[in-house]
Amino acid sequence: MTGAVLAVLAMAALSSCGSSSGAGSEPAADGSVTLKFLIDNSQATVDTAKALTEAFMKANPTITIETETRPGGSEGDNIIKTRLSTGDMSDVFWYNSGSLLQALNPAQTLVDLTGDPVLANVQKDFLPVVSQDGKAYGVPGGTAMGGGILYNRKVYEQLKLEVPKTWANFMANNEKIKAAGIAPVIGTFKDTWTSQLFVLGDYYNVQAAAPDFAQKYTANQAKFATTPAAKAGFDHLAEVHAKGFMQEGFGSATNDQGMKMLVEGKGAHYPMLSAQLPPLVSTLPQAATDVGFFGIPGTDAAKNGATIWEPAGIYIARTTENLDAAKKFLAFVASPAGAEATNAVVQPAGPYRIAGAKLPEDAIQVAKDLQVYVDEGRTAPALEFVSPVKGPSLEQITVAVGSGLTPPAEGAAQYDKDVEKQAKQLGLAGW
Amino acid sequence: MTKQETGPRTGPGPAPGHARPSVRRKSAYPYALYLPAGIVFLVIFLVPTVMAFYFALTRWTLFDSEFVGLQNFQDFLAEQNLRIGFQNTIVYAVVTSGLKVVLGLLLGVLLTSKLRLRGFLRSVVFFPTLVSTVAVGITFAMLLKPQTGLVNQALALVGVDGRDWLGDATTALLSVALVDVWKGVGLATVIYIAGIMSIPQEYYQAVAVDGGGAWHRFRHVTLPLSWPATYSVIILSFIGGLRSFDLIWTMTRGGPGFTSDTIASIIYKQYQAGFFGLSTAGNVILFLVVTAIAVPLNYYLGKRQVAA
Repeated sequence: MTGAVLAVLAMAALSSCGSSSGAGSEPAADGSVTLKFLIDNSQATVDTAKALTEAFMKANPTITIETETRPGGSEGDNIIKTRLSTGDMSDVFWYNSGSLLQALNPAQTLVDLTGDPVLANVQKDFLPVVSQDGKAYGVPGGTAMGGGILYNRKVYEQLKLEVPKTWANFMANNEKIKAAGIAPVIGTFKDTWTSQLFVLGDYYNVQAAAPDFAQKYTANQAKFATTPAAKAGFDHLAEVHAKGFMQEGFGSATNDQGMKMLVEGKGAHYPMLSAQLPPLVSTLPQAATDVGFFGIPGTDAAKNGATIWEPAGIYIARTTENLDAAKKFLAFVASPAGAEATNAVVQPAGPYRIAGAKLPEDAIQVAKDLQVYVDEGRTAPALEFVSPVKGPSLEQITVAVGSGLTPPAEGAAQYDKDVEKQAKQLGLAGW
Repeated sequence: MTKQETGPRTGPGPAPGHARPSVRRKSAYPYALYLPAGIVFLVIFLVPTVMAFYFALTRWTLFDSEFVGLQNFQDFLAEQNLRIGFQNTIVYAVVTSGLKVVLGLLLGVLLTSKLRLRGFLRSVVFFPTLVSTVAVGITFAMLLKPQTGLVNQALALVGVDGRDWLGDATTALLSVALVDVWKGVGLATVIYIAGIMSIPQEYYQAVAVDGGGAWHRFRHVTLPLSWPATYSVIILSFIGGLRSFDLIWTMTRGGPGFTSDTIASIIYKQYQAGFFGLSTAGNVILFLVVTAIAVPLNYYLGKRQVAA
């Protein structure tokens, strides 16, 4: 009994420490306000956040924004969740949109921006990925990006190749590239997340073949293993490995090494996100012009398109004490002026999701390539933006399939099981 | 402990009767003195442990938890890679503790002999134990890189074609286990040195009198009489092997695919995925598995120690 009392006292003491340290930014007497802004530590995000906050502080001298960084990946997810659940979150924070947002319990932890003038310039297509139950919580941070094949245009020029519209053409190109002594496809399985692109980036083709896949998949009615268009991603991965198209040492190569190989022309194709390029431009200037983008080719040349990753969101924590200043900052982020401030510092990796915001004239090649797909309406959002279900082990499964350890059909079946675990943990209906 | 009485004792036999209660009163601390340690133990160890057993039964998102009974345990045991993880865990524990015993004993014998550089060599062997495991993992991941790594470059010099040690499914787990042995053998050696040094010289003299050589000394004296050291090394490294995580995580992250996953890395991945209830259930299972293996092992080895 005394043990229980002691435990309660101790917990109370611990939790009171937690909340008192959270309140560090009260408005000062002269009306100046300090906002805390939590971002992930990737170069692109850090640069974008710096550009946005500096331009904003110039226009609003009474508001100071202090940025703090956190690690990316699932480690960062846990930091965000912990800080939100303990009431220790910064005023404003940068976090994924789409399925990962759903896990933050936005209705309890974030400020609802539905109908707020803050969202006035945000494109309607973007709102669903920062919404839950019809309420919108964030504005787009940065630009959308493409998930598909980044390719070295110099290699294409030199070997007189054309951008492939079907998977068969793509593999034919790979044969020629291999014959020329260049690694046709770059694999970087040490950074396991990079192995997923053949599957996730193929979603445009899945949607073209089975338009209701996302809906059925969320409701436990469609599976990767039993939907041929969805299984194709795993088949592609296995085929590339089986034909020996990946460079030597792909098992322990990292993402940075892969990007370098691509830009320097030691590898021709890299299934990757276009957002990996802008940070490279300062050290390898040819990254801006030599690397292009195309969507992962499917079976039908007439239905060619690309899969898009929506920008991350910038959200306001419900615990903020500076709501007005935070809203002012978000409104600036989601305005053409915010986009321009970003353009001046960071090369956009794809189109903006803000009405009136345009790519600069000297945009990098991948962004231009992607804009063509967007202008022609040949894009689909990645599956993780239209369904809350994404299994956590996909990256290990794709490494296993891409290394020839697991046959593609088995990999797809494994992923279906992985997804089931996720859906059960989310408490979704029908699982 | 009996305390020395003031004044000279006159002879053997029990101390005078009045001494006992005073001794007891002096050695017994007031209960209040236990309180700080008690609170620390309660808050930092006991409460989380009990809470873990509870949260293992819930679907827990950090924001709220919903009681789901034994569902998490069912899901964890149905985990598709659990079998590989379990196999790897056992293989890893057996390989590392086996090699540590063998190499630790050999190094122990070597470093207790009359070598000139004995002190220096002892430090060299013990050095890896002092380095952080994560640093060791990162360093060896660099050394083992396929083209640029020092290991393969060295192998190339003697005409051997090295492989992608950590990126290849057949060698990944074994490579990590060998690095673990490299790092842990220093500790095993120190334990053996202590064990061998405590063997009375008379035994060796007896072997010498009987005309036995080095092999006899080792086989009939050193080996059986350093059993307590062997026992400690096996228990320590086996339990360490079962729970091993940091080295595997920094070197391969359980990959390629799932081929070097251990139970601990499977649990960690579930934390990463945000399945807090599920992974807590995994931890409870790991706790039970380690106990189920370590307790009988401890009992069995302990009995042999008495016999030896």
